[in-house]
Amino acid sequence: MPKPKLAIYWAASCGGCDIAILDIETKILDVAAFFDVIFWPCAMDFKYDDVRAMPDKSITLTLFNGSIRSSENYEIAQLLRAKSVVLCAFGSCAAEGGIPGLANFHSKEAICEYVYKQSPSLEPGNGTMPQPEVRAPEGLVRIPVLWNTVRSLDQVVDVDYVIPGCPPQSDQIAAVVAAVIDILSNGKPLPPKGTVLGATEKTCCDECKRTRNVKKIKGFIRPFEHLTDPNVCLLEQGIVCMGPATRAGCGAKCVSAGVPCRGCYGAPTNVRDQGAKMASALASVIDSTDPEEIERILDSIPDPLGTFYRFSLAESTLRRTQV
Amino acid sequence: MSFEPKIIGFLCNWCSYTGADLAGTARMKYPANLMSIRVMCSGRVDPGFVLDAFRRGADGVLVCGCHPGDCHYVDGNHKCMRRMPLTRRIMKGMGIDPARLRLEWVSASEGARFREIVSEFTEQLRRMGPLELKEIEFDPALEGAHHA
Repeated sequence: MPKPKLAIYWAASCGGCDIAILDIETKILDVAAFFDVIFWPCAMDFKYDDVRAMPDKSITLTLFNGSIRSSENYEIAQLLRAKSVVLCAFGSCAAEGGIPGLANFHSKEAICEYVYKQSPSLEPGNGTMPQPEVRAPEGLVRIPVLWNTVRSLDQVVDVDYVIPGCPPQSDQIAAVVAAVIDILSNGKPLPPKGTVLGATEKTCCDECKRTRNVKKIKGFIRPFEHLTDPNVCLLEQGIVCMGPATRAGCGAKCVSAGVPCRGCYGAPTNVRDQGAKMASALASVIDSTDPEEIERILDSIPDPLGTFYRFSLAESTLRRTQV
Repeated sequence: MSFEPKIIGFLCNWCSYTGADLAGTARMKYPANLMSIRVMCSGRVDPGFVLDAFRRGADGVLVCGCHPGDCHYVDGNHKCMRRMPLTRRIMKGMGIDPARLRLEWVSASEGARFREIVSEFTEQLRRMGPLELKEIEFDPALEGAHHA
């Protein structure tokens, strides 16, 4: 019997998800033994035409990381959707836009203007802007078109499952891989479509070992401004920790190391907008009933939008800044 | 035809909804632009409700609760009092005029005040014009989805 086929792709991503897959250590050998890896641009040399030549639904499982922000990302997302039986949004970027999704706070023009004309590291006077089409002596050269709005994978194609995290934790990836191998070897039924794999239903606070008391906050600070108590809830100490509005599954690794949760596992079950939910939670623990004092305390939140929507802006209710 | 704004009103069960009811039973007239949603407490109004209302076509959102100190659940309206300013900051960051969200305290006996608030807010939104949110749904044609 031929081996099931596995594809791993990166769209607008940093490569951290691919490294996280390799981080499952010796279990990667189980993956190689069980699957025929037919497409993994980050690790091996494949061409898009190899995938185009495959029959539809011939790839058993595709792990797709990275958000969709160019014509190339979109084209390959559509291609892999057509060729795959199961398409899995792997990591924060594919699941909810991730860090690239923060580009939605600006327009494409403003981003290009800064990157290609104003950035201090540029050669002075060189105002070269990327062109989708350039005629070179060798012929017409085309590059992908950059989009104004970054999208999550499920906004552009049909997605079967989601594995959240920036990156997904290796123990969770190993558990998902083991479960997939078990399902395929023993003919077990797949979980319902839309299931979030490698995570739980609750919030990061549920896994956090720090002591929680009644929270009464008079002002917010950044972690470096204060020597934090290692045993007490960071939010109680005035540090904006995304734990209350973030799905559990990572094992609360950041908060265990004294770093506030950044929210990479996305919104928990039944929450549509992670940033709005965080705003709701944070505002409720502010210790004031005086409108002016409330404004002053809110002013002390460092970069509220970038913090609340660090990973989920592209998947949030409003998707982007209106410009 | 002049622009008629759509306003979603979240009214607390104990004070503001009763206040709105009083305006009705006293036959006071106010613009029909307001669509009321009764919530048990203004503390139930999640910032997500407000953003969702805008996404689904509201031009303004009015949140009304008991006067501070009078909350049926002791401090629900105090939570609302802190959530709405933070929601306004989110709106500003998303490019929506924060004035499209209004928080008012209306007691069960203030039918006349409720009428004034709704009339004034409607007039203000008429002047501001419709809220148009762009690029919420993915449109391949708009993005130049395919290679040039």
